[in-house]
Amino acid sequence: MSELYDVIIVGGGPAGLTAALSAQQNGAKKILVLERDREPGGILQQCVHNGFGLHHFKEELTGPGYAQRCYDLVKDLPEVEILVDTMVLEVRKDKTVRAVSPTRGVMELHGKSVVLTMGCRERTRGAIRIPGTRPAGVYTAGAAQRMVNMEGYIPGRKIVILGSGDIGLIMARRMSLEGCKVQAVLEICPFSNGLTRNIVQCLNDYDIPLHLSHTIVAIHGKDRVTGVTVAKVDEKSRPIPGTEFEIDCDTVLLSVGLIPENELSRGLGLQMHPLTSGPIVDQRRETSEPGIFAAGNVVHVHDLVDFVSDEAEIAGKFAAKAALGAGGGAARDLAVTTGENIRTCVPQHLRLGAETESVRLFMRVTQPLRGKLKLKVESGGEEVFSKPLMIAKPSEMIAVDLPEAKVGALTSDLTVSLTEGN
Amino acid sequence: MGRQADVVVIGGGITGTATLAALARLDLSCVLTEKEPDIAAGTTKANSAVLHAGFDAPTGSMKAKMNVEGNRLYHELQDELGLDIQWTGSLVCATTEEEKAQIEELKARGEANGVPGMEIWDGDKARAKEPNLSAAVCSALWAPTAGICWPFGMAEAFAENALENGAEILRDCEVTGIRAEDGQGFTIETTQGTIRARFVVNAAGVFADKVAAMAGDTSFSIHPRKGEYILFDKTAQDKMVRGIVFPAPTQTTKGILVCATTHGNTFVGPNAQEQDSRDDTAVTTAGMDEIIAGAKKLVPELPMGASITEFAGIRAVSDTNDFIVGESKTVKGLYHAAGIQSPGLTSAPAIARLLAEEIAKAAGAKAKAKVVKGRPAQPIFRELSAEEQAALIKKDARYGRIICRCETITEGEIVDAIKRPCGARTVDGVKRRIRAGMGRCQGGFCGPRVIEILSRELGIPVPKVRKDGADSYMYEEKLGGGRK
Amino acid sequence: MATETKVLNCINCPLSCELTATVEDGVVTNVTGNFCPRGAQYAKEELTAPTRMLTSTVRVKGGRLPLIPVVSAKKLPKGRVVECAEALRSVSVAAPVHVGDVVAANILGLGVDIVASRDMEAV
Ligand SMILES: Cc1cc2nc3c(=O)[nH]c(=O)nc-3n(C[C@H](O)[C@H](O)[C@H](O)COP(=O)(O)OP(=O)(O)OC[C@H]3O[C@@H](n4cnc5c(N)ncnc54)[C@H](O)[C@@H]3O)c2cc1C
Ligand SMILES: Cc1cc2nc3c(=O)[nH]c(=O)nc-3n(C[C@H](O)[C@H](O)[C@H](O)COP(=O)(O)OP(=O)(O)OC[C@H]3O[C@@H](n4cnc5c(N)ncnc54)[C@H](O)[C@@H]3O)c2cc1C
Ligand code: SF4
Repeated sequence: MSELYDVIIVGGGPAGLTAALSAQQNGAKKILVLERDREPGGILQQCVHNGFGLHHFKEELTGPGYAQRCYDLVKDLPEVEILVDTMVLEVRKDKTVRAVSPTRGVMELHGKSVVLTMGCRERTRGAIRIPGTRPAGVYTAGAAQRMVNMEGYIPGRKIVILGSGDIGLIMARRMSLEGCKVQAVLEICPFSNGLTRNIVQCLNDYDIPLHLSHTIVAIHGKDRVTGVTVAKVDEKSRPIPGTEFEIDCDTVLLSVGLIPENELSRGLGLQMHPLTSGPIVDQRRETSEPGIFAAGNVVHVHDLVDFVSDEAEIAGKFAAKAALGAGGGAARDLAVTTGENIRTCVPQHLRLGAETESVRLFMRVTQPLRGKLKLKVESGGEEVFSKPLMIAKPSEMIAVDLPEAKVGALTSDLTVSLTEGN
Repeated sequence: MGRQADVVVIGGGITGTATLAALARLDLSCVLTEKEPDIAAGTTKANSAVLHAGFDAPTGSMKAKMNVEGNRLYHELQDELGLDIQWTGSLVCATTEEEKAQIEELKARGEANGVPGMEIWDGDKARAKEPNLSAAVCSALWAPTAGICWPFGMAEAFAENALENGAEILRDCEVTGIRAEDGQGFTIETTQGTIRARFVVNAAGVFADKVAAMAGDTSFSIHPRKGEYILFDKTAQDKMVRGIVFPAPTQTTKGILVCATTHGNTFVGPNAQEQDSRDDTAVTTAGMDEIIAGAKKLVPELPMGASITEFAGIRAVSDTNDFIVGESKTVKGLYHAAGIQSPGLTSAPAIARLLAEEIAKAAGAKAKAKVVKGRPAQPIFRELSAEEQAALIKKDARYGRIICRCETITEGEIVDAIKRPCGARTVDGVKRRIRAGMGRCQGGFCGPRVIEILSRELGIPVPKVRKDGADSYMYEEKLGGGRK
Repeated sequence: MATETKVLNCINCPLSCELTATVEDGVVTNVTGNFCPRGAQYAKEELTAPTRMLTSTVRVKGGRLPLIPVVSAKKLPKGRVVECAEALRSVSVAAPVHVGDVVAANILGLGVDIVASRDMEAV
């Protein structure tokens, strides 16, 4: 199999499917989506809870429902071909994509442009170094979520969850609904990394205690988990001696963060960003390699799939344009750097040509802030845009749109910051 | 009526499996019993994985003899058994004048023990070999015959070769009692019934004194000493080492080393902690701090962000502090391989050969007419050329389905690992055989799929699939519901 | 006359607006802090008759996968959600199933159907 495609998309989650639709809408004629799992939809297939799609589809959907929408929009398009059970092993600079599947064997495919939408994976126990034994009963929340929601098994009956990210919170409710007892959710930070609505409806509704500034200092049990020792931590996240207490449990679920899945990006030699752990992209979601685009969780971890779709629309559109020989002609390359209270901002730079469009910036803050806040975009020392905010949390991405007129007038690098007061 | 065998080997670690492989080449019927669901479940699965050159142990000790001879034998066996070994050589680094004198002493001892090719290097030469070494290193002992290995894979190779030569391996089979029948051999009680045997080999690791006592030999005791480690991702190798780097040794240990693995990872450790428990492999915060501090003396800029897991192993220290190898002084027909602490891994083929010779003599046994030397081939998808990959998938489509994305491991390889002669029965068993789940994501992603494949291939329901130990069940059926 | 102020977070969308509700004699008379009208509605309900959506899974026979995700077609009384989930644990449907198909009608007599949230083809 050696054919030339306009756009090859690596990963068939919401980002990949939406990018395919957008590429089709923007004129690409031969689009190929490669997905390693048994069906498209990505991680959403296991997120059976609702709350997805309010922005993008203007309707509240479950994860599988959202995935179905994305799939239904592309499945009958003659321009789009989707191969499942197909793992991409390598993407090269010349946009050759090497993939393998049980039915088609090893394939070398060629694209005029490529969109990377491989999503993210979970951080594991090793990444956070929990002392203790290594018995059965310790799972990442996502692995357990797949077993509970897609395979039909539960990881145990008495559960402690480490990390108050959304997946951990969602799993706390999920396990409660499956008849298990969730003993506690522990969070090393002084604030939760999950959405407030999830704390309300996943923990408070089920009387599950959330211990902030606490972590597991030891896991017990030889063959199977029998309990954990928990301690309070100081400002530097170090356990405070004397504050230890035991919690009886047979299962520990880890929800300690997600990392963009970038083996292929690194193999390609793309420039990566140390804080997002994803490739550096411009406003069109083009990476450091011309013709190679990226969108969704592979670029930076999103908390809202709706924003993933927005980003994938952009990437799909410009990938199609690049494949058709349009676009390009960037005259100015402006960096977008982070100022006060802003941890990350995507895109990391703007490549502006003659035609400009409005640009959406996605940001995460370094710490929770509330009160009178002002999000500010400066260029060449001057404020070009600002927006008042009441509340900002590291767990919730902030999106702002720079209007087309402002973007057209930009001539020097940008800095985004969030200031308190006025 | 229970089973009958000429020899029962108790313990499926590196010592037991190597001994079984040596015994299986004789015209004797041999059975190995291992209490855990898989072989190499004890100390053999968690150690420094260094094939030592042999300069540490006191000249004339059993340890020194077995070490040097074992190292030599591994050089011979590597191709025959397809062992995963890289002969990287090792460096022992000195940072003070006192330590400099110590390594001179080590060199002299090594020469007396028969270690070939050692040299003393200056700091710069050591840093030319390992660029991330501390500037404080002023001198180093280079031993070219040292190497790194994958201990589980070696035990697996010995086990598979033993099975090819007609031996039998019983897993999930704990020996609970041994009756010496007055010169008439032994009756061995196990959790899978009784076995009658003429000879017993005690290779029970940290439990060797307990097993000896079952047969009535209380001449020695074993003291557990734990060692903890931190493992680093492959991506960190440029900031770590390519080979084996020791500090100058202390009284009790060879110190905290910084070392590569045959899979491209690196690790730091171990420390040394006396403890009562023989199976408590808990990792402690204090231990982590100790080994990080220790390792920084050798490599000051440890890439801590790239650490992927920690683990601990337990040394089986005998009260003589030396290996106890050979026939029991009190129970005839009982052969010990006890007190096998470091360098036990290195010594295993030498210990095996010695015991097989002694048992052959006692039993009047000869070599089998036809001895199988190797073991069945194992296809490794990621190491094949594109043409070979295509051909393999054509033959068996399951080689086209990648299950572990961090290590590029296919369903075909997982099925092979389960179906092999001494095949995997647990999730960690799959992981140790083919590394599925040993990459960055540590099984987070492929874990559920490996469970599904084990369930299908072993013909057991998912809730019966275990992680590692005897009772390490992973998932349950969902709870029933519905009041009406 | 008893007047209280209650602070709660809207759970209708990820913005999770912090709402301040004034309750006079058990009646919510004023709500502030909401970015959209759904927030005011939420506060009124939450402080008088709270409701929740339920999402779970049920077994499918003859489907490509063993389970199918389901969702309540409307909100359920909060106090009955756990009971509904328990009832669903013994429900099983036969493939094929289409998104929106009812898998448990009028659950526990509460007047709410539980429906499939994706398609599941038969094999
Ligand atoms: C366990 C978990 C739970 C989550 N829960 C929520 C939630 O409740 N709400 C929410 O809004 N967000 C949640 N998220 C975030 C969620 O991932 C995003 O909202 C969204 O699904 C991201 O879409 P994506 O397409 O970028 O990535 P994904 O949905 O992860 O899709 C990426 C796809 O690429 C495929 N892929 C990866 N590498 C390759 C390769 N080499 N070859 C072929 N295919 C490949 C993967 O199999 C996958 O299907 C969760 C994330 C995880 C990991
Ligand atoms: C921290 C550390 C670092 C080390 N580093 C090195 C090194 O770098 N190089 C080196 O050469 N050596 C090293 N060693 C030593 C080496 O790992 C051991 O000597 C070797 O693995 C011992 O193997 P074994 O087969 O004797 O014991 P084990 O591997 O412990 O095997 C004994 C087996 O017997 C089984 N068993 C016990 N009781 C019973 C029973 N009643 N019935 C049935 N089965 C039973 C156990 O389950 C176990 O599987 C190190 C050891 C440690 C702890
Ligand atoms: S009030 Fe409106 S915007 Fe605010 S959380 Fe509720 S639904 Fe969302």
